[in-house]
Amino acid sequence: MRSQFIVRLTALTRKETRQMLRDRSNLMVGLLLPVALILLFGYGLSFDVRNAPVALVLDDNSAIAREAVSGIEGSRYLAPVRVDTMARAQDMLQSGKVDAIVRVPIDFSRRQAAGRATIQLILNGIDSTTATSLEAYVSASVSNVMLRRMDREGAMSRGGSITLKQRTWFNEASISTWYLVPGLIVLVMTLVGAFLTSLLIAREWERGTLEALFVTPVRPLEIVLSKLLPYMVVGLIDLATCLLAARFLFQVPIRGSLFAIVLASTLYLAVSLLLGLFISGRTRNQFAASQVALLTSFLPALMLSGFIFDLRNVPIAVQVIAQLLPATHFMGMVKSLFLAGTDWMMVARNCTILAGYAVVLIFATRRTLRKTLD
Amino acid sequence: MIAYIAQIAFLCRKEVLAILKDPANRIILLAPAFFQTVLFGYGATFDLTHVSYALLDQSRGAAAREFITRLDGTGVFEREATLTSANQIASVIDPGTVLLAITIPADFDQRLARGEGATVQVILDGRNSSTAATAAGYLNAIAQGYNASQGAAPPVTIERRAWFNPNLNSRWQIMPAMIATLSMLQTLLLAALSVAREREQGTFDQLLVTPLSPLQILIGKALPSILVGLVQSTIVLLIILFWFRIPMSGSPVVLYLGLLSFTGAAVGIGMSISALALNMQQAMLYSFLIIMPLTLLSGLLTPIRNMPEVLQLVTYINPLRFGVDVVRRVYLEGAGLADVATDFIPLLLVAAVTLPLAAWLFRHRLA
Repeated sequence: MRSQFIVRLTALTRKETRQMLRDRSNLMVGLLLPVALILLFGYGLSFDVRNAPVALVLDDNSAIAREAVSGIEGSRYLAPVRVDTMARAQDMLQSGKVDAIVRVPIDFSRRQAAGRATIQLILNGIDSTTATSLEAYVSASVSNVMLRRMDREGAMSRGGSITLKQRTWFNEASISTWYLVPGLIVLVMTLVGAFLTSLLIAREWERGTLEALFVTPVRPLEIVLSKLLPYMVVGLIDLATCLLAARFLFQVPIRGSLFAIVLASTLYLAVSLLLGLFISGRTRNQFAASQVALLTSFLPALMLSGFIFDLRNVPIAVQVIAQLLPATHFMGMVKSLFLAGTDWMMVARNCTILAGYAVVLIFATRRTLRKTLD
Repeated sequence: MIAYIAQIAFLCRKEVLAILKDPANRIILLAPAFFQTVLFGYGATFDLTHVSYALLDQSRGAAAREFITRLDGTGVFEREATLTSANQIASVIDPGTVLLAITIPADFDQRLARGEGATVQVILDGRNSSTAATAAGYLNAIAQGYNASQGAAPPVTIERRAWFNPNLNSRWQIMPAMIATLSMLQTLLLAALSVAREREQGTFDQLLVTPLSPLQILIGKALPSILVGLVQSTIVLLIILFWFRIPMSGSPVVLYLGLLSFTGAAVGIGMSISALALNMQQAMLYSFLIIMPLTLLSGLLTPIRNMPEVLQLVTYINPLRFGVDVVRRVYLEGAGLADVATDFIPLLLVAAVTLPLAAWLFRHRLA
């Protein structure tokens, strides 16, 4: 009985493997996509502002005004350009040539002597993320210069002042690549699943080959597993590519257990492939299957898994939906495993959840293959 | 001429019916635009609303209390844990219980009382470095506010004004871009599958032997996809306007001209894929393969200026880059046609290359 299962499974898996290898577009995409994504993520995506163009308008060109903005000129985040008139600077902001305007008003030195000088900062709010960073950089560079000046003149204030001493754990230098690249593994595993398996069963339903299969002694579970296994191999090759690139191309540290990373990724890969199969079996229609795969894989993994947007800041209802996504559980785990180290309790909890999804999906997909004709 | 247009109209009608006759397809093409907009509207935010922190107050003085009161008063910082020793910090940061741990040293009050500088130590979870940097920025603002209240601020204040998005709300940055992005994903795939499906089912050869010219087939197949794209964009637009209430500054006419060019370019890419693919599996693979870089290199999530120069050059052939730019600038800046004219050129170029290419491929790629 048992050996019959193995015999049929092996035969079916061989058939699925041949089918997979025959259409080279499958393999090409399955193996090239991760490489393309790795390069895009590693080099293309960055939240780190560098050399942001800033227009500098000095309506007051006194020594103290120039000193106040001198820190901006030295900042590696900002690339200031001196502009003569405010009108010209506004044109530049409007047309996107600069991201911000720093203006020292005409009465700056007079008011500075009275202790209430202002510097105007106008930001282009369309890119609010960059704008927020710029505000912090400009304000820090101006206040550093002015504090140093006050110190020099011995004009330190009445009360003492607080300074913050910051340390960022896990990502000391705050390199956004470090958190984007581990997230990339999640995205690649999600996409491989959606790409490769979401049409498999739907295609057979459309062509009627599944019904042909039903007259054989093959059982639904065997069909599901035979469609899963060849693509697991492709996915694991992708995983190895991602891990090597993360470690050696982008020098992202792997502080946690490599075993735990591979285990979690394998589980998630299975969930992702099975989700594709389930969609395929459920819709029985390649058009619908591909649309559903697109809608349930790429965008949710990108937008809702905590990959880019921190889930702590979203309303409870959205958090609940995010928690329903297998990607969310894998994302938190893989980021921690890369950057923080191994917290076995967390690994166990998340792996259990992923394994739960895998089991549920195996049976749900099997159900879509009931030997009925309609 | 009338006969020519009538033929296209018939094919269009058949295509629309083929797409919409199945109720499942109707739902797939309309409902997700709605749900995704609402979901991402709430979910896609860089703004911090809940920063959980752990406090280790070793000074227990009045100044420390004042600082903490300011922190809690923001409504953003929420104390999740109160620690008694520095050894406990790892146990709250490591599992992600808190985003940051604040340590107020024992000499904090004395130093401030003597008019010296005192430090607050902050340990941040850098697993999401953007979040950590933003939280650090908030903390800095609170420290500066405290210093100012003590008369210790440098006598220069920065007056900040943000154009087009006065509160620097990141939802305003992301959601208008969704008007272009969400519809592109499904529309491109829809176009990509349209010919591939007929090829797979063998009906495309029949279509080729009809009196229809490849150009007519192209228009008849492209128009329904463009229409679906525009309907989806409209759903997204309406939700952003009336649900999230992000005010629109620009003209709807310019916006829709931009969307029409953009959708035309996206459908052009989809149709070319469709002409190249021999079956639906291939069409889907190639679409997904291209959707990814289009999305990531569009400036939707990270600014294009932060990309290396080589990739910045690549973005010039990315219609989504210009689609996102048009909708953002028209929607938030109120940009007129003249302001965004340069965005139309690449969009129209992509459409002008890909659509005829698809028509040519119809005849020249027969399996």
